[in-house]
Amino acid sequence: MNEIFEILEQNARATPAQIATMVNKPVREVEKIIKKAEKDGTILKYKAIIDWSKLGKEDIQALIEVRVTPQRDVGFDAIAERIYQFPEVYSAYVVSGTYDLAILVKGRNMHEISSFVTEKLAPLERVQSTVTHFLLKRYKENGEIFQLPKETNRRLPITP
Amino acid sequence: MPNRESTTNDARNNLISQKVATLPPSGIRKFFDLLSSVEDVISLSIGEPDFVTPWHIREAGIYSLEKGYTMYTSNSGIPELRQELANYLELRYGVSYHPEHEILITAGTSEGLDLVLRAIINPRDEVIIPDPCYVAYPADIILAGGVPVLVPTNEENDFVIRATDIEARITKQTKAILIGYPANPTGAIMPKKEANAIIELAKKHDLLLISDEIYARLTYGVEHICFPSLPGMKKRTVLISGFSKSHAMTGWRIGYVASDRRFIEALTKIHQYTLLCASTMTQMAAIEALRNGDSDVDSMVQEYNRRRRLMFKKFNEIGLPCFEPKGAFYAFPSIKATGMNSEQFAESLLLEEKVAVVPGTAFGPCGEGFVRCCYATSLSNIEEALRRIDRFIKRNQPTK
Repeated sequence: MNEIFEILEQNARATPAQIATMVNKPVREVEKIIKKAEKDGTILKYKAIIDWSKLGKEDIQALIEVRVTPQRDVGFDAIAERIYQFPEVYSAYVVSGTYDLAILVKGRNMHEISSFVTEKLAPLERVQSTVTHFLLKRYKENGEIFQLPKETNRRLPITP
Repeated sequence: MPNRESTTNDARNNLISQKVATLPPSGIRKFFDLLSSVEDVISLSIGEPDFVTPWHIREAGIYSLEKGYTMYTSNSGIPELRQELANYLELRYGVSYHPEHEILITAGTSEGLDLVLRAIINPRDEVIIPDPCYVAYPADIILAGGVPVLVPTNEENDFVIRATDIEARITKQTKAILIGYPANPTGAIMPKKEANAIIELAKKHDLLLISDEIYARLTYGVEHICFPSLPGMKKRTVLISGFSKSHAMTGWRIGYVASDRRFIEALTKIHQYTLLCASTMTQMAAIEALRNGDSDVDSMVQEYNRRRRLMFKKFNEIGLPCFEPKGAFYAFPSIKATGMNSEQFAESLLLEEKVAVVPGTAFGPCGEGFVRCCYATSLSNIEEALRRIDRFIKRNQPTK
């Protein structure tokens, strides 16, 4: 069954009929599995990965280390929620090591990100300190490599 | 009037040995020239993985260069690599080879094949091969001074060579049987029952079995039969294989031969005077492939299997009957219903629909009526190619 999701993860537009052939299962069964996964949240969403730089539009991104004070009963969850609810926050994680939360923030320009940090994030009561790293260049995201040299066909057209 | 030019040509031709001069060029070569003249082709005629060698294996090759491993290795190959291979063959197929005396590292399986044929053949010795088969089999036998004896195989038997058909062609000159399963070009695998009949035959007539198992890892839902692992067969089998298909390492040129000591010694004699040793960097990469490359092989096989199912199903849907290929990465559909022969079909398909397939006749006379289609290409390529083939056969249906 995992194979169905592996295929969808690679190509969200693969049709149930195509997947059924690939995994050797009836189309109905594949449809049922996908429907169920969509309902129970195994499949969260179908998205496209866009290289915005190709359209001359690229967001500024920053990785922010956040040190926070955990709270009785809820640990980091409550403060994490306060933070990840902001639409500027693209990803948020609790991490081990010298700081507590790692968050990825997106903005249209540097100003937008710095005002998010100074006006919204840093003033939060339980936030002790922040360190902001602006991302300078994207090489790979979600397993996809950006700005690959134009795919050259390295194979000869016919080989024995 | 005597033609001076042709006399000169004849004289020149004499510089080339008669054996080579009369050796027909590969049927694939002929098609290559035609193919090169057409642009934007979807090619199902490439007999190699579309994956790049997994990064950790490439990185091991780079690292070996950084460390300055740029000298010859021993003729037989780096001891660690031979040891890893011995472990691998023992663990996977239960056949144990002494890493020092029974394994030789070669520059691809092709070198191994050439070595074994040159090591065993006396002039006019006969070597039995299936028809159709990999293009190099008959050519290498001829180059070694032997005579290829073709045993027809057909779709009724899923293109598996049959012991009874072999036996009918055994003569006093027969030296060896050369087979390769899973098979190029058909995708056929060797069933246990037939394998047992073949080994009985080899024993009965005291023949050597040369088993080309380069596609051993690419089987789908069936277990690969490793000939030397069958009872009493280790000492009369020369196993040739390599990393090209399993680890997507075609361009590295790395393979091996495993056999009884007397054969390995004979092969090593030729190898030491010709290749000396397989490329050092490549051997280092192969060690990494054996140590940490198993999961890469599994995921590539899983991907090939998805494509295989798609191609097999589509061919049967569009009316080109195809037996289910259970190994390698080829489908071998019959195109007889179109009324064309293999070459006409492949040529017209290429010119009209820009899809390249290899005419079955490139692999032997019994390939007539079939074409080889490789599914080591993206799913979208396979789908588009099959759409075009469907259009092509609908347009070219023979008039009743």
